[in-house]
This record gives sequence, structure tokens and C-alpha cells, in this order.
Amino acid sequence: MANETSNGSSGAPTNVGLFATCLVDLFRPTVGFAAAHLIEGAGCRVHVPEQTCCGQPAYNSGDRRHAQQIARQVIETFEGYDYVVLPSGSCGGMIAVHYPDLFADDPEWNRRARALSAKTFELTAFLADVMKLDAAGLDAEYDGTATYHDACAGLRELGVKEQPRELLAAVEDLELAEMADTDACCGFGGTFCVKYGEISTDIVARKTANVVKTGADLLLAGDLGCLMNIAGRLKREGSSVQVRHVAEVLAGMTEETPPIGESFEDGS
Amino acid sequence: MEFMKPGAFKENANVAMADENLRSAMTMLNGGMIPNRQGAVDRLPEFEKLSQRGRELKDHVLAHLDFYLEKFERHCKASGGHVHWCSTPEDARQAVLKICRSVNAKSVTKGKSMIAEEIHLNAFLEQHDIKPVETDLGEYIIQLAEEPPSHIIGPAIHKTKDQVSDLFLKHHAKLGRTERQTEPQKMVNEAREILRRKYFEAEVGITGANYLIAETGSSIIVTNEGNGDLTQTLPKIHIVVTSLEKVVPTLEDATTFLRILARSATGQEFSAYTTISTGARREGDADGPEEYHVILLDNGRSAMLGGELQDMLRCIRCGACMNHCPVYQSVGGHTYGTVYVGPMGAVLSPALLGVSGTRHLPCASTLCGRCEQVCPVSIPLPRLLRQWRERSFEAGDVPVAERWGLSIWAFFAKRPWLYGPCARLAMRGLAYLGRKQGRMRKLWFAGGWTRGRDLPAPEGQTFQERWAREKRKEQRKKVSG
Repeated sequence: MANETSNGSSGAPTNVGLFATCLVDLFRPTVGFAAAHLIEGAGCRVHVPEQTCCGQPAYNSGDRRHAQQIARQVIETFEGYDYVVLPSGSCGGMIAVHYPDLFADDPEWNRRARALSAKTFELTAFLADVMKLDAAGLDAEYDGTATYHDACAGLRELGVKEQPRELLAAVEDLELAEMADTDACCGFGGTFCVKYGEISTDIVARKTANVVKTGADLLLAGDLGCLMNIAGRLKREGSSVQVRHVAEVLAGMTEETPPIGESFEDGS
Repeated sequence: MEFMKPGAFKENANVAMADENLRSAMTMLNGGMIPNRQGAVDRLPEFEKLSQRGRELKDHVLAHLDFYLEKFERHCKASGGHVHWCSTPEDARQAVLKICRSVNAKSVTKGKSMIAEEIHLNAFLEQHDIKPVETDLGEYIIQLAEEPPSHIIGPAIHKTKDQVSDLFLKHHAKLGRTERQTEPQKMVNEAREILRRKYFEAEVGITGANYLIAETGSSIIVTNEGNGDLTQTLPKIHIVVTSLEKVVPTLEDATTFLRILARSATGQEFSAYTTISTGARREGDADGPEEYHVILLDNGRSAMLGGELQDMLRCIRCGACMNHCPVYQSVGGHTYGTVYVGPMGAVLSPALLGVSGTRHLPCASTLCGRCEQVCPVSIPLPRLLRQWRERSFEAGDVPVAERWGLSIWAFFAKRPWLYGPCARLAMRGLAYLGRKQGRMRKLWFAGGWTRGRDLPAPEGQTFQERWAREKRKEQRKKVSG
């Protein structure tokens, strides 16, 4: 790539390991491509090593042993890159905040976990804070009004709040309408959403009520779990609000795939 | 009430979520307490600093708890008070009973005390023919309704005004109040006039304590109704029912907490009444009890010292964690089935009651972290919830299906070479099912999800599969180009 940034004085490009996250890998590959497009656009080289999950389901279920085994695998896979970037604050927080905790009693793995933690970033934070991407670096437009849901782990574990908004401000014709309680949980909570399905549904119904009140035609967020939850509820309510990962809009890829939860067949 | 069957939390939750009165009452949180707290915090530029100072103070006291408790005891005795060290709820109940019997008490007035709830004091006193009368308006309401509190600072938060009107009419009619009041001020006045008589009938007044002051041997309570003052000054004996971790070194230290407590709780700058009690009535005092007793309850707290759970002992009982909790907002306090509810209750209850009957509490959380964010003494609640989950998992106290599910998932997650092909196959299947609508209304193994939501369908191919293909294409282009 012509505009690749170099890494230090060696002149080698900045190598980014893209951890797509299991949900993106399985449900919405477009988000992975959008993330790759944005990271490359910021001048880095993107690598997608063979990957599965960050281990969060085990960690949050109290299954520390499996969480550690999976964390070791992730550390081995990704520690060779200059940065690890994830289109998810939740999985990003798992690596950046919780991996060092997982190995609190194991000095060698703790050191490796902390080293990985230091170079792990949520996508919009990486673009805005590390690559200092500004309006000139984005080539996207969206003619409509969007509202942005602050996913919990990104917001509270990684401090992702202004970055997606700064980047969205650079999207041509896009207007941002903030919803009430944008920092309140959507009720997804990983395995919580199936273990406590009714409570999870009740929580997401408060979120969708706030989304609808803004009058926005598009809901964005940086975590696919929350997005599938909110989209699933909006569809069940018969709402016409569309739902997308913020990376899809920033990368100008909204034409490539229908919004989350909408038909892939044209005209239906 | 306290030891629930597995699944009881969900059953309670479903009942609670179908209760329109509860739903309407709970809108108080997002509509009032949350913005009020934010406003109060924003108006005090040094809130963060005070909060930090509060946390350090608590950590210091917990590291030297024996020293400060003994100092408190010395000064309390010097001012004519008595201190009763109680390891268990039963010890505490017996200590209270003994004091009540010493004056042949027939009725006791009570200010709001969560420790009295923790030791189930009211039921115990009634069993021994002593009538407890709650004087805090919220506690009074739930006493009439014969319900436990559903919030640590707003015990009747689950009740609507209409429900309270009905309760008052039902219970006050026999006292000559036959008109159903619906104006809040008139309702408060009615309760006040009825309660006023009770203060003079009671031989003993029982309150809690927000703080115990080591340097003076005093206890402090904060209230908004002044009921605590009447409860502790009018009867012959004042009993303070409290727990070990409430002690702070000095009066000045207590002011640090007073400045963050009301702001975090209700968004007030300060509670309407802050009352300091030191010992019994002295010669020349205008009022005050003849005896002053402090019941110091441990009930598992000292066992929390020195471990990860010690952080929980910093709690100042403001209730901000539950106000901001998405689960609490949906299900209310009674669903928890324990005295302490919401995130702080889900961490504290297993420590006080044992984890086997309470393992559902730490599980019923999205771990969204808002509780930790608003906690004025920075208790890492999500971390402590997760720590309980780990303890239950290690103890084998997790349903077999869940354990198996995790093992199967981990088996694949640890083997990318196997995970990839299986994931590709599964996603093709799911995509086929949801292709037409782009989502599924029903899926036999995902009922927990699809009962209230559609499940968005996957695009079809996995990201890794498509990425590898794109890369191969690029490679070929390069070679042929």
C-alpha cells in the first residue's frame, strides 16, 4: 500500500493483527472487512491469523481454567504484531483488562498478557487515538440520522466514548442524534442474554424505546453482541430503525450488505 | 426467604416484570434518582477527590479494624454507653431481647436499620411479645404491607402512591382515619400523627448507625424525616443495631462520607437530619435516653477481611449501584429474595449467607460495570461478582448442562483447525434458515433469545473463510499480473 506508515526507523510497515471476534467471524464478516479497510486506510498492514474466541464466555461463567487456556492461545497468536485491533470493546476489554488478571499468579504469562494488553485496542480508539485518523482520512457518507449506543465494556473498561463520535462527525451527511441513557446496558451481557432471556428482553426494550424516541433511522454501536440484541428487539417490535456496526458506516460499506437482521434477498 | 431454590430468581423476576405497579414505581430510578445523583455530583467539583479520600479512609480502617473498634468501645463506655459484641444474628437478637426485657418493654420504636433487617429483628421481637413500630415512612409502609424492604435506602420504592393510599386507608381506618388520602403531603401528615403517639408508648428505641466514631464513642444516623431523633431520644433506652465496618476514626472523617453519601443516594447535598448520639443522658441534658447500647454485629464480616471480598466492606449503603443496575431496574428488590439487593447485595449476600443458597445472585448480572462506575467508594462490584462465579464453578455448584456446554465450546475454541470447518457448516445452516427474513423468530435451541427478540441471521460465510479467499485472489492477481 502506498500510504503505509512505517514502524520506527526500520521502515517496515505497522503490522496490525485483526481479531475479528467470534461473533463477527460467524455472523457478520462485513464488519471484519470494514475494520480491515479502515485499518489499512490508516496506513497499516492487516493480518488475520487463525482465531476463535477471546475466552470471555468461560471467564464470565467462572470457568477460569478454560479461560486461561484460550487466553494463552490468543496471546501466542497475536503477540507478534505491533498492535491488536478488535471491532469490539467487549473482547478488547477482555484482552486489555482481564488477561493480566487471569494470570495474576503466573509471572511469565502475566508479563506476556500485560505486553499484549498494552498494544490491544478497540477499533475506533485505535483509529482516533493511535493512528490520529481525522476527517481527511475517512471517505464515507451516509445520508440519514444515526444514534450511537455506548457498549458497556468499551465505555467503562477502555474509555471508548468520544472516539466513535469524532469519527462519525467526519462522515458526510450523517447527523448524530443522542439517545437518553446511551451509556445504559442493552441487556446482552454474553451468556446472560440466553440464561436470563426474559430479563435481558426487558432491559433491551428500555434501550429500543430510547432509540426510537430519537427519531434516528440508524442505530450504531461498536459491539456486535449488543447490535444483534438491539436489532433483534427492534425487528420484533416491528420498528423500521436499521442497525449496523459503526465500522460499516465509517468504511463506507453500507451498500455491501443489508442492515443487521434484514433480508438478504432483494425486494422482499 | 433467604435460601432460594435454583430457578427461584427467574420465577420471581417473571412475576415482578409482569407487575404493572412495580414497573411504574421503578421508573423513579431513571426518571429521578439517576439524574438527581448526576446533578449533585456535577455541582461538587471535589466529588472525585472526596470519593478517593473516602475509599482510602475505609481501606485504612479495615486494615486496623480491631484498633478502631476497641477505641470506639473505650470511648463509648466512658460516655456511659454499653457495647455488645455479637458474632451471629442470634447473638444480636438475644442481646436486644435482654435489654428490652430489662425494662419490660411492650413496644419499641425503630428508625431505619439494615442490620435490624439482616438479623430479622421484627419477627423475633413479635415472637417475644414485643411490638416493633417502624417510624421511617418507607419502613412503616412495608411494615403495614407485611413485606421486606426492596431497596436499602428506599425500602418501599416498589410501591406506587396509589398502593400506599390503599394501605393507609386499610390500616388507619380503625384509628378513625376513614378518608382515603391521595395528596402526598396529607398522606405524610396522617402517618406522622399516628406515629407520634407511638413514640411516647415505646420503652425502647432502636436505630441503626451510618457511622461509629472511634474518637468519641458516638454513633451517627442520617434521615430525611427526623423520625430517628424521636426514636432515640424519647424512650428510656436507645439501642443502636450496627455492624463492625461502620467505624471511622474521627468526626471529621465522618464528614467526608456525609458529603458523598446523600449525593450518591438521592442526589441531595445532605440529608435533612444528621444526628450524633454520644452515650446516655447526662445530668443537665434536656433530653435523651437513660441507657445507650450499641449492638456490634459481625455475621461473617471479619472473615471477609484480608481477602478479595474486603473491598465490599467499604460499602456506605448509598444504593447507587442498584439504582443504576439494569437488572435491578427490571426486576426490583424482592426478586433477589435477600435483605441486601442489587449489585452490592449480590456480592454481600453470599458472604453473609453462604454461596450455596445464593449462587444465582452473582450470576444474574450483565457485568455492565455501571455499578462500579457510580460507587462512591469504588468497590469493584463486577470483579467481585465474577469472583463468586469462580468460587461456585470450582465448588462444582454449577448446573451440569452449563458445565458441559462450556466444556464443549472450549473444546472447539481451543482447536482452530476444527473450529473453522464446524463454524462454516453451522453458519451456512443458520443463514439458510434466516435467509428470507434476514432473521429468525424462533430457533429451537435459542428460546431464551427468541421469546422476546428475533435472532439476526448470519451472512452465510465466515469472515476467516472469506478473508482467506480474498487473499488467495490477491495472490493470484499478483502472480498473473
